Amino acid sequence: MAFTKEEIAQRIAKEIKDGYYVNLGIGIPTLVANYIPPDINIVLQSENGLLGMGPFPFEGEEDADLINAGKQTITTLPGSSIFDSAMSFGMIRAQKVDLTILGAMEVSENGDIANWKIPGKMVKGMGGAMDLVASAKNIIVAMQHVNKAGESKLLPKCTLPLTGVKCIKKVVTELAVLDILPEGGFRLLERAPGVSVDFIKQATAGRLVIEGKIPEMTLN
Amino acid sequence: MINKVVSGAEEAIHDIPDGATIMLGGFGLCGIPENCINALVAKNTKNLTCISNNAGVDDFGIGLMLKQRQVKKMISSYVGENAEFERQLLSGELEVDLIPQGTLATRCLAAGYGMPAIFTPAGVGTEVAEGKEIRNFDGKDYLLEYAFDADFAIVKAWKGDTAGNLIFRSTSRNFNPVMAMAGKITIAEVEELVEVGALDPDYIHTPGIYVHRVFQGKDYEKRIEQRTVRKVH
Repeated sequence: MAFTKEEIAQRIAKEIKDGYYVNLGIGIPTLVANYIPPDINIVLQSENGLLGMGPFPFEGEEDADLINAGKQTITTLPGSSIFDSAMSFGMIRAQKVDLTILGAMEVSENGDIANWKIPGKMVKGMGGAMDLVASAKNIIVAMQHVNKAGESKLLPKCTLPLTGVKCIKKVVTELAVLDILPEGGFRLLERAPGVSVDFIKQATAGRLVIEGKIPEMTLN
Repeated sequence: MINKVVSGAEEAIHDIPDGATIMLGGFGLCGIPENCINALVAKNTKNLTCISNNAGVDDFGIGLMLKQRQVKKMISSYVGENAEFERQLLSGELEVDLIPQGTLATRCLAAGYGMPAIFTPAGVGTEVAEGKEIRNFDGKDYLLEYAFDADFAIVKAWKGDTAGNLIFRSTSRNFNPVMAMAGKITIAEVEELVEVGALDPDYIHTPGIYVHRVFQGKDYEKRIEQRTVRKVH
């Protein structure tokens, strides 16, 4: 059975280690915050200028001055800090943020990512995505393995305008966990429970590297 | 102390000419200079180049200036929340320069720090790099990006004193301090204007030297774009 979005988020949460500073993008990455194990301490960075992002406020306690990069009302936590946009991207560029998790339209077998522009459609902009992918030392992409038309999003080469080059380290989809090899290629690490290696092969247009027996993903 | 106080938004923006390049602080609708935007709409200043992370929504913020066709060009990182913006962009009435958010912030910072340019890896290998100088440092490519050159910067602070020292509140800080440093003339509207001496010098975010005009803002709407709450268990 392929994973749900929540299960993809839950699987990615296992990649987060105690003491990490983490930036979560919009979409499935946002859900990862719900699955951080209670016994580890991490700090969420929001690139509009906050370290220590807390949960949504209770109704009636929303503060228009306190939002995340998705413009949602949020809260701070004990130990949070606020800073301006230049410092926010300064700490990203200087690789102080340990892990970045973001969504993508396409990822290529050499680690390129496209997630900001579809030619011919309204372009909203790259926001902070290009800064994050250009500098982050560890980037995990959370996305569906195939698009709505049934076409693979894991490609030999991206067809959409790029957000960054040779920057993605790992991809988690509803079907599989894969890392990107330094010499290129998606190495299959885990498969969703009940999903066959052949099924993943068919859903992956880029070069797929299969070494040995591939275990099923677990969430705990 | 030098007194930077002006009577209000109308006086603060009175000499912004048609065709000016202006910076506007804020992230989404958070921390935007509401009073000055309304005054620019009332005065109907035209052909503006606006440097701002976002472009407001249809009926608030920079969206109000777009509706009156006051904006010739937007320099932003993300502009997705505005139907009139989209219409003008697709019809070719509006020029748009989309740049990475960190590049936007750091080009402001460079201007405020007196540095002509920066090197950033953001956009290397993408269409953002087209036509730009690339330098390799320690095996990694960086784009040369120039400091902004803005005639006016308009920011919103929480508290300010009559000497122009500013303190921002929570994430409404965002682009405001770096834009405050970057304008040839910087205008600050504040929720609370206080006398000099009322703010602790250790807690000033923007020193008054960067601020040329400050005024007590009024009637802040502080609209929330995405109201998200959790249920009480």
